Amino acid sequence: MSAFWTLLKRDLLLQVREGGAVGTALGFYLIVVAMMPLGLGPDLNLLSRIAPGVLWIALLLAALLSLPRIFEADDEDGSLEVIATGDLPLELATAAKALAHWISTGIPLALLAPVLGLLLNLDIEAYPVLVATMLVGTPAISFLGLVGAALTLRARRGGLLLALLVLPLYIPTLIFGIAAISAATGGPSGFQASFLILGAISLFSLVIGPVAAAAAIRFQTQ
Amino acid sequence: MTQTNTAPQQSLTQKLANPTRFMQLSGTLMPWLAGAAVALILYALYLAFFVAPDDYQQGQTVKIMYIHVPAAWLGMMGYALIAISSFGYLVFRHPLADVSAKAAAPLGAAFTFLALATGSLWGKPMWGTYWVWDARLTSMLILLFLYFGLMALRSAIDDEALAGKLCAVLGLVGVTILPIIKFSVDWWNTLHQPASVIRLDGPTIHSDLLWPLLISAIGFSLLFFALHMQGMRNEILRRRLRALTMAEVDRARGVSAPAAAE
Repeated sequence: MSAFWTLLKRDLLLQVREGGAVGTALGFYLIVVAMMPLGLGPDLNLLSRIAPGVLWIALLLAALLSLPRIFEADDEDGSLEVIATGDLPLELATAAKALAHWISTGIPLALLAPVLGLLLNLDIEAYPVLVATMLVGTPAISFLGLVGAALTLRARRGGLLLALLVLPLYIPTLIFGIAAISAATGGPSGFQASFLILGAISLFSLVIGPVAAAAAIRFQTQ
Repeated sequence: MTQTNTAPQQSLTQKLANPTRFMQLSGTLMPWLAGAAVALILYALYLAFFVAPDDYQQGQTVKIMYIHVPAAWLGMMGYALIAISSFGYLVFRHPLADVSAKAAAPLGAAFTFLALATGSLWGKPMWGTYWVWDARLTSMLILLFLYFGLMALRSAIDDEALAGKLCAVLGLVGVTILPIIKFSVDWWNTLHQPASVIRLDGPTIHSDLLWPLLISAIGFSLLFFALHMQGMRNEILRRRLRALTMAEVDRARGVSAPAAAE
């Protein structure tokens, strides 16, 4: 198990030392959200109504942008082969990588969301709920995205393909994330149900993501 | 590949693991399957246009149903076929499972698209619009995206054996997530709009309409299997041709430059 933590620590350290990656995702998140009023007009009532949807979709896109980096550098310098042949089961190794992605990308994006909510005139009462649903929902984004990143590792035009493969898998997270927020701001459905299902989807992806990604990596490093 | 002809304990799937045997069997089966498909579809169309009555509300447009409903069923069945093939390929290493998965993807996508296209043609006169974000339409659209993803992944990887394995992983991930997607889309739909417009699945469908539909469904299923089998045959032949070409290239290289050949 110590190998798991070592790998996690190494990936996080690489993210910090390399710099750029997390900042790019955050900057992308900011610019996509800022483009929305420019495209839809400055009507604050409209913006506050669509704010949860805009924030979630922009978050998905920003996270998508950083997914190829999960395996790319390790594949280029050969450390992925070392990890694949090491003592740590590959399922756990890929889980550590997804966890590192979640900590370095998912959490910062979720924490940035309320600031962007301000731009979109989102109801102040919804802020705690917004951050909570995003913190619970983003693991699914990292762990399902892990599968896409592993599958497209050696593919041509991998980045574009990744979006096509992964975005349909994000639909449940998107739907229940938005349902939970709109329930908290007076929507028709119950908050608790959506929130719990969102957590269930994250737990489900926690299981299926590393297993599928490990299988894909194993085929490619053989 | 180590099988002998005298092995009565082999099951059918094991016997079919030999591509030559599969080619023989499918070759004899093919004309019958295709003929039956054509005959049944023609009979179903005759029933649909000349025997079955118009719906008292939908009028002539109800006849779209005889193509739309089988197409929707087969669009979903195509993904089930891919999932089973993927499982067979990853777990049992069945040599034809990958061929089957590869042949099923464009077919399933075509039938899913057909269901969406006929559905929207039906929707224009009935609902006044070509597209409604109804739960079932949305689910079918997402299914189409999953097919696109599978086909795109396969075409993006040069190594064919690797592409097959990775597509099998994607197929299995897709089939585990499909029920969740379906469930969440249903939830989303009831959240946003009450499902009042589209109640095609009324409690009863009159038997005058049902019989042509069932015959049409069987006919289209046979068509699907015939096309799938032909797709598998084409793929096997293509792989053989490729292997022969590669062998020929190796031999030519060995003759002209023996030093280069290892």
